[in-house]
Amino acid sequence: MNMMKLLKTTAFYALVVFIVVESIFPFYYAILTSFKSGQAIFEIDYIIKDFDWSNYISVLSSGTFPRNVLNSVFVSTVVVIISLFLAVTAAFALSRIRFRGRSLLLLTILSVSMFPQIAVLAGLFELIRGMGIYNSPFALIFSYMIFTLPFTVWILTTFMRDMPIEIEEAAIVDGASPWVIITKVFLPLMWPAMVTTGLLAFIAAWNEFLFALTFVSNDDQRTVPVAIALISGASEFELPWGNIMAASVIVTIPLIVLVLIFQRKIISGLTAGGVKG
Amino acid sequence: MAQAAVAKSQLSRERIRAAWIFLVPMLAILALVAGWPLAKTIYFSFTDASLNNLSDAQFIGIRNYIEYVDYGGGEGEYYGLLAEPGWWRSVWNTIWFSVTSVLFETFFGMIIALMLNAEFKGRGFVRAAVLVPWAIPTIVSAKMWAWMMHDQFGILNDMLMRIGAISEPVAWTATPDTAMIAVLIVDIWKTTPFMALLILAGMQMLPGDIYEAAKIDGVHPVKVFFKITLPLIRPAVMVAIIFRALDALRVFDLIYVLTPNSEQTRTMSVWAQENLFQFIGPGRFALGSAASTMLFLIIALITILYLKLGRVNLEGSGR
Repeated sequence: MNMMKLLKTTAFYALVVFIVVESIFPFYYAILTSFKSGQAIFEIDYIIKDFDWSNYISVLSSGTFPRNVLNSVFVSTVVVIISLFLAVTAAFALSRIRFRGRSLLLLTILSVSMFPQIAVLAGLFELIRGMGIYNSPFALIFSYMIFTLPFTVWILTTFMRDMPIEIEEAAIVDGASPWVIITKVFLPLMWPAMVTTGLLAFIAAWNEFLFALTFVSNDDQRTVPVAIALISGASEFELPWGNIMAASVIVTIPLIVLVLIFQRKIISGLTAGGVKG
Repeated sequence: MAQAAVAKSQLSRERIRAAWIFLVPMLAILALVAGWPLAKTIYFSFTDASLNNLSDAQFIGIRNYIEYVDYGGGEGEYYGLLAEPGWWRSVWNTIWFSVTSVLFETFFGMIIALMLNAEFKGRGFVRAAVLVPWAIPTIVSAKMWAWMMHDQFGILNDMLMRIGAISEPVAWTATPDTAMIAVLIVDIWKTTPFMALLILAGMQMLPGDIYEAAKIDGVHPVKVFFKITLPLIRPAVMVAIIFRALDALRVFDLIYVLTPNSEQTRTMSVWAQENLFQFIGPGRFALGSAASTMLFLIIALITILYLKLGRVNLEGSGR
């Protein structure tokens, strides 16, 4: 019996170890590769031996990569600010006020968040060119609203709906306007939800590829994912893998750090958007 | 009494007015960024638009979808999207990719969720580690794996040869037979954490006393899983599956970067994007729009069928 139990525990931990290794090995290997240069890159190692920073120096000092990082930071930050601002007020209306057509609206918002991006690509391209924002960060800020806005509205609505009515009552009795109720009553309570939602929207905007590839044509206007995808060498068969891995590590480390810090909040945010809604 | 009621109804009228004031900016932006472009895409699919000539696009009916060209003498041929073998190939690729990846993700996600639901030392660390693939941008995952799957210097071939699973290096992304497998490996690796988290959240909402009772009655754990856990987490799993499936059906970035120009992995989104923006021939933009419209219809149809057949309650109970 004891033998059986030992065996089971061993098997369980073996599974745990396997899953952990399988999850983090590819990124570990990207870090390992990013520290190699010259011929070392073509030797397969399992343990980090080299600490050569030349790939990082080359990625950060030449070409448009630093500019691409700035573009990504700018686009994602503005997208988060605009969508949070619009979503907080909309979520208040959708969660705290009863009116006709509310569930239809919620359903519409949910279905927009499930839109295949390709379905709007042609029309959006024409619109963006017509607005004169083609090939600028504003094209991306504008188009990213299609996925960040429904998603932030949805998650904030679920958060606000679960708050007790009492917190508003006193303010209503005092004759406070809805705007005052949002800013003075809800916002102080909402910031954890705002951080989570903002972070998820930031990650979504940071990682977006299809719009960034289509609505921007100059290398210095591109965002990071497209820049990495388009890093090329002298020929198709000579991709500078060291540079690609260094760039990948640079843009991924901040995300991993954020995700690990806000782990619990992110999980609750994801599940609020998923399980409950 | 009556006065209070009047005051109350006036208050609620004011609140409803405020609600609409709050909603209008958000709805206006969504209409501009989603509604109008969708309508425009559908419109383009009925015209002869090309990338260099959007404004003068002429209405040509359903000819982008299907058109019979009569050569005379009883001979003729069908043209258009629905007569294009390449398009049907991409439809098949998309469905095959979606079904396979979602099946595996649900299976592995379930295992990881069960593991994380158990009490053990270091659970916090393991949960953090499992989240890592989810946090990595898709493009970065694609590049990382492209390097690991490199035919000459890839570590994946090295590992598989060391354990004797393969005898010579495989060009994972370039060989027709393995291109789809390569894409599936990366997609499953990247999105299983999401599935696991959603399923885990479903498991953690289950009442503990059922398990207590089952334990006291000496029910076998496997039976507990199939008779208690699985039926109870079914709603959470169904919702997780639809979210993932909708994501998989529109897949673009992973395939575009990992296996460019591969007939074996070209999905509907990739096919449409290529026709819209890469093949600049006359009418290509319109053909790409037709493909986009079809993809939209297919996804809408699958969603409705799934929601009806699976009796998924997206509204939740609290509304």
